[in-house]
Amino acid sequence: MNISITVNGKVYSHDVEPRMSLAQYLREVLDLTGTHIGCDTTGCGACTITLDGNAVKSCTLLAVQADGCEVTTIEGMANGHAMHPIQEAFKENHGLQCGFCTPGMVMTAADILKNNPNPTEEEIRHGLEGNFCRCTGYHNIVKSIRHAAEKING
Amino acid sequence: MIPAKFDYKKVSSVKEAVDLLDEYGYDAKILSGGHSLIPAMKLRLNRPEILVDISGIHGMDSITEDGNEIVIGANCTHSAIVNSELINSELDILAQTAKCIGDVQVRNRGTIGGSLAHADPSADYPATVLACDAKIEVEGKNGKRTIAATDFFQGIFTTALEDDEIITAVRFPKVTNGNYQKFFQSASRFAVVGVAVVKEGGSVKVGITGVSDTPYRATAVENAYSGNTGEAADHAVDGVEVMSDHFADAEYRSHLAKVFVKRALEA
Ligand SMILES: Cc1cc2nc3c(=O)[nH]c(=O)nc-3n(C[C@H](O)[C@H](O)[C@H](O)COP(=O)(O)OP(=O)(O)OC[C@H]3O[C@@H](n4cnc5c(N)ncnc54)[C@H](O)[C@@H]3O)c2cc1C
Ligand code: FES
Ligand code: FES
Repeated sequence: MNISITVNGKVYSHDVEPRMSLAQYLREVLDLTGTHIGCDTTGCGACTITLDGNAVKSCTLLAVQADGCEVTTIEGMANGHAMHPIQEAFKENHGLQCGFCTPGMVMTAADILKNNPNPTEEEIRHGLEGNFCRCTGYHNIVKSIRHAAEKING
Repeated sequence: MIPAKFDYKKVSSVKEAVDLLDEYGYDAKILSGGHSLIPAMKLRLNRPEILVDISGIHGMDSITEDGNEIVIGANCTHSAIVNSELINSELDILAQTAKCIGDVQVRNRGTIGGSLAHADPSADYPATVLACDAKIEVEGKNGKRTIAATDFFQGIFTTALEDDEIITAVRFPKVTNGNYQKFFQSASRFAVVGVAVVKEGGSVKVGITGVSDTPYRATAVENAYSGNTGEAADHAVDGVEVMSDHFADAEYRSHLAKVFVKRALEA
């Protein structure tokens, strides 16, 4: 089936099998391997991207369902060589160790901050319920998102 | 994990969806948010030949006021329900219920119609549609009909929907005095026990999910209720076959049901 999806501002058109997940499409067809697949069963959040501005797990979305939509992946967050404030905050606050969960954490953080520009620690933790991290213990991730909010709000 | 092969058709009207269900019968499946169906297809627990995507049907994602009722399109996502001003002011119990479904990503995709049609015994909405006496509006090849919530759920993953019918909307009365209390499964965040309570004058309506293979109205609690909350809650599982699984055995689940009914009555 022919689909056309805008990914990080660029329009892509491909003929794909209906059973291909969006995560697979991003990684294998577009070579955007920043979106990670952890569990592939909607549990871990590593594959989180934004679809028309909302965080979703791309392993549980068929590429054909995203036809006509706008997708942002971790590769679309930086502005050229300038990191996005959320990425900067993760770097400065040691918000990652192995980095496997990080793209999903950053994309979920973008959704949290879009809906609530000044979240409390509790609200951040509630927002991260669908993202697992096996390394950090979450503490510095929460700190990073708090710090990102401050950066963005100036 | 990749599902078995299937065809995909995105429809733009209810009629088109119903015609496809009629044509393909058992081999067709409606696709809404896909957050129950796609995981099941990946695990090959489900292998439909054709998916009928209803997410693009115009108007099926609206939330409107109709006199004393609130009408919620089947394609409304859990997030749309959490964020709706109308629901927060006139049907706050439903916003409370939607807010504790899964996580933000799941809420951004999953829909109320999909959740009700799927009828997972641990899903949250069933308790609330039962306690509110909501009505499920469906359409099939023989036309439209309305199913009372109390007649809708028939067993594990089983509802009163016919094979050629889809849910188009859910109709709720306005409810100002309701609340939802939930004990979460720690990983998936589904309900081990979910209790919805709606108070009207001196009486109460209680919907319970997660406890039995079919969500139910706790009529024994409703009959025993006289403002003496503690005692009424003791009847939470009267006459009910309580589920047992690795999250909670029947004894523990029964205990949780009583505790959460009490909390919901006292909230
Ligand atoms: C990680 C995770 C956590 C979750 N946690 C919870 C939770 O805590 N509580 C909870 O209640 N749920 C939870 N869910 C389930 C979630 O709410 C699903 O979104 C919901 O059950 C199904 O809605 P859907 O729109 O995604 O339906 P789909 O997956 O698209 O469809 C589900 C079923 O319903 C049928 N269907 C869909 N729409 C219609 C319609 N309009 N008419 C007739 N049939 C239809 C489909 O054919 C399919 O059989 C969770 C899911 C995941 C993946
Ligand atoms: S890979 Fe999608 S949620 Fe884990
Ligand atoms: S940094 Fe390793 S999983 Fe989160």
